[in-house]
Amino acid sequence: MTALAALIRRDIRIALRVGGGALIGVLFFLTVTVLMPFAIGPDLALLTRLGPAILWLGALLASLLTLDRLFMADHEDGSLDLIVMGRTPLELACAAKALAHWLAAGLPLVVATPVLGLLLNLDAAATSAVALTLLAGTPALTFTGMIGAALAVTLHRGGLLLAVLVLPLSIPVLIFGVAASQAAITGPLAFGTPFSILCALSLASLVIGPFAAAASLRHGLD
Amino acid sequence: MTLIDLANPTRFLSLTARVLPWLAGATTMLLLVGLYQSAMAPDDYQQGATVKIMFVHVPNAWLSMFVWGVMSLAALGTLVWRHPLADVAAKAAAPIGAAFTFLALVTGSLWGRPMWGTYWEWDARLTSVLILFLMYLGLIALWRAVEDPSRAARAAAILTLVGAINLPIIKFSVDWWNTLHQPASVLRMGGPSLDRAFLIPLLVMAIGFSLLFVTLHLAAMRNEILRRRVRSLQMMQASRQAA
Repeated sequence: MTALAALIRRDIRIALRVGGGALIGVLFFLTVTVLMPFAIGPDLALLTRLGPAILWLGALLASLLTLDRLFMADHEDGSLDLIVMGRTPLELACAAKALAHWLAAGLPLVVATPVLGLLLNLDAAATSAVALTLLAGTPALTFTGMIGAALAVTLHRGGLLLAVLVLPLSIPVLIFGVAASQAAITGPLAFGTPFSILCALSLASLVIGPFAAAASLRHGLD
Repeated sequence: MTLIDLANPTRFLSLTARVLPWLAGATTMLLLVGLYQSAMAPDDYQQGATVKIMFVHVPNAWLSMFVWGVMSLAALGTLVWRHPLADVAAKAAAPIGAAFTFLALVTGSLWGRPMWGTYWEWDARLTSVLILFLMYLGLIALWRAVEDPSRAARAAAILTLVGAINLPIIKFSVDWWNTLHQPASVLRMGGPSLDRAFLIPLLVMAIGFSLLFVTLHLAAMRNEILRRRVRSLQMMQASRQAA
């Protein structure tokens, strides 16, 4: 247990320090959201309607872009080999790394949402709904994305290949995240139904992600 | 004759060389009979002659999912049993599956134009087939991104299995998404119960297309084995020249 806690602490500390680049994800999120009105037009009513979708797309892309670093930096300096050979089960180590990554790169996206909601003319209730769905949904993005990150590091390829592999897998999260936000704002539908499915997706990815990533690291690294 | 006997590529090559002509002949026969029966099938009272697109469309759509199942089995063969030909089977199946999925999309949109008045509709079923197509393309991109086949095989096997878990979830969520946006859908694919006059040609075509897949798959596996032999010969030659 202490080994896992130490791993989480170390990963968060590296991510927040100079060269870690965790907060660049938030900057990217902000930039994408600011770009949207230029493409759509400064119509506030339209932006309100599209707001949840824009925020979700921005968060999806931002968490995808930071995933590249999840295993890559550790692979470059050799500590990934130590983690693979260590006594801690690799599945748990992968889960700890993903948790640390989410705390450093995913949680700031949720924190930034209220400010960005202001830019998109979302009222307080809508903003809190989007923030809540992001809080429930971004772990699923990190944990499924981790599979892609593990594949990318064993193949020495990243970037576009990672995006092409991971994005189709994140479609269910996007659907239910946006559906829950819309249900809270306008919909006749209850907020609870899509939101609980979103939580279920997160929990399922919490199980599948570490196992698939550990399998890919074990088979791929030599 | 067990699966492990096929582990020897040479034995696999000699066996498939004997089987393939028969398979190809049976495929041609069945497809010809199926096409004849489809052409002779009566027009639908609602859809007219366009209902005949179904005889090509449905087998393609069926195979698009069946091929992912075959690849998942091959992925298990790679990861669990380390069968030497499993990754050859997985690699050879991916482009064929992508082709079947593409054909299902194309025939579907050609069918949709006269029936629904549009080539593309964000209907739940169409959307999930499109996502399946994207996943096939991603898998092929993964195979092509890495030079060493055995390294790519394990990565592709894991991605195939993850995809096999995720495809039902994606299907379910797309269904949900679509019913949310379109409460009363007017798009209905014919009646639920097929008349016998349509069912028999459809079954013949489905078996014919499945045999076509088996034929193409075995031929592609042979090509892949030969391609790997050529590659290792080239590597040997290159290292001999370097020495």
